[in-house]
Amino acid sequence: MAATAPHDAADEATAVHAAGGVSRTMRILVPVIMLALVVIAWWGIVIAYQIPRYILPSPADVAVAMVTDWPILGRSLLNTLWTTFAALALALTGGVALAILMAQSKWIELALYPYAVILQVTPIVAIAPLILIYAPSTEFALLLCAWIVAFFPVLSNTTAGLKSVDHNLLDLFQLYGASRWRTLWYLQIPAALPFFLAGLKIAGGLALIAAVVAEFAAGSAGAGSGLAFRLLESQYRLNIPRLFAALILLSLTGVVIFAMTSLVSHLLLRRWHESALPRDR
Amino acid sequence: MRPGGAQAAALASSPSAAGETPADGRAGAPIVRLAGVGKRFANGVTALAGLDLTVRQGEFLSLLGPSGCGKSTALRIIAGLADPSSGTVEWSRDTGGGVPGAHDIGFVFQEPTLMPWATVFANVWLPLRLKGVSRHSARDDVMGALALVGLDRFADAYPRELSGGMKMRVSIARALVTRPRILLMDEPFAALDEITRQRLNDDLLAIKVRLGTTVVFVTHSVFESAYLSTRIVVMAARPGRLLETIDVTAPLPRGQDFRMSALYHEACEETSRALQAAIVTAGDSHL
Ligand SMILES: Nc1ncnc2c1ncn2[C@@H]1O[C@H](COP(=O)(O)OP(=O)(O)OP(=O)(O)O)[C@@H](O)[C@H]1O
Ligand SMILES: [Mg+2]
Repeated sequence: MAATAPHDAADEATAVHAAGGVSRTMRILVPVIMLALVVIAWWGIVIAYQIPRYILPSPADVAVAMVTDWPILGRSLLNTLWTTFAALALALTGGVALAILMAQSKWIELALYPYAVILQVTPIVAIAPLILIYAPSTEFALLLCAWIVAFFPVLSNTTAGLKSVDHNLLDLFQLYGASRWRTLWYLQIPAALPFFLAGLKIAGGLALIAAVVAEFAAGSAGAGSGLAFRLLESQYRLNIPRLFAALILLSLTGVVIFAMTSLVSHLLLRRWHESALPRDR
Repeated sequence: MRPGGAQAAALASSPSAAGETPADGRAGAPIVRLAGVGKRFANGVTALAGLDLTVRQGEFLSLLGPSGCGKSTALRIIAGLADPSSGTVEWSRDTGGGVPGAHDIGFVFQEPTLMPWATVFANVWLPLRLKGVSRHSARDDVMGALALVGLDRFADAYPRELSGGMKMRVSIARALVTRPRILLMDEPFAALDEITRQRLNDDLLAIKVRLGTTVVFVTHSVFESAYLSTRIVVMAARPGRLLETIDVTAPLPRGQDFRMSALYHEACEETSRALQAAIVTAGDSHL
């Protein structure tokens, strides 16, 4: 049990606020200028070396592909988003529910935790073909794959959080005859919140990755295909501008998910948790 | 293990061996009586052996002794947070016989032990909340308890915004909010600086007198115990047992005058001597 290290809540959260001491405008301006420089350099290289667009398209080619292929890409984006967020939602409910269940009884933990670990340590690409055989539909298989991957960080972090309650506070609750339910609700769940939120941030990123990986494994076409399929398809057809466009959409999705989970975490912890507080000097 | 902890208690040179009502009639009927209480942990450590101790209504009782002599263990057994391996804990009939109601006891730990996610108000509300009292109905009691410790203006602050001494005050307010008959404190001021500590000592005595609460107070400090207590119990280690009882017969609350008085110095001297004896008795290198 102890072999699986819980993802560190504090490290996760401090990373977001590491850039303290820089003014707000600079915080936006510096990355924007950097992005502009990269795009200009990219463009410059493409023109200078006359690289054909089926090897490296120029930023303009990618932008054109993004606009003209939007009907296809947009639908695929929606599919990927749906898989990712549905898997994330299920992972959150499932992970938290199982963590709470395991916190109630050592026996349940002994019985279930090994399977959670096995699911986690087996590479998802290796299980995906099996899941594709047994699942009633491809959508379902993709969802299942993404869920398996996103579920574990939520489970393991929440479990660690529920256990990390100050023993004196537990004594205090016992002294006042608190029921198990009230101890869970007033003490264990708030104490586990920072851990859970660190798990959420990891799970958000993993859900997207797993959704893409599973789709690579499935390789399916049709109405339900997501951005990963568009990537493969563009590669086969040497439609590199579209490939880049799909890739950019995927990255943006990842960034937005990270920003959203960080924001949720910040909003929930800013009143009291060290990780969300500025250090006064 | 040393045989016959109970005998050791009988040997103690107690000025008021029978433990009957000390001066001013402050100490009254027994509230809780430990008889021959022993505690052996699963790892084989005998923390207590044959501890006899009676806590009386209205007294301020200090437990003093070398580290590891079982002071915290004794306090936890009184609170019902640990079960004795031998002997009995008997509560007086008017606390409802065997087991006291959950709110007859207040407990203050060495650390403030506050919930960091909750405001000062919510932290103090906790004991009542666990009893099912709504925020609204608890309001007067909570604000009253905060006023007792002088923190009613900080009800909406979070623990991180408070100093160490203020956090300890919140912890005391939380223990008092149920108006417990007996307040158990385990080295509550050990982590504070001397000035804060003295101020909290005075405030604690004032509150104790005002509410008539009985206090059992664990400390390492001879001076603190002599200043606060109406009775000091010195314990010896390995196994933990009662070595000597010292009565301090000055009325509560006390002040700077008391610190200058001969009575205080006598009490300090006597306690200090008893503590020395306790350390010698322990006689080994565990300290
Ligand atoms: N949960 C436990 N398991 C095993 N041994 C314990 C446990 N709690 C306390 N002990 C042992 O029991 C003895 C008494 O401990 P206790 O904490 O009551 O001492 P104390 O008088 O409060 O010491 P201190 O002044 O240092 O706080 C010690 O030897 C300690 O190692
Ligand atoms: Mg102790």
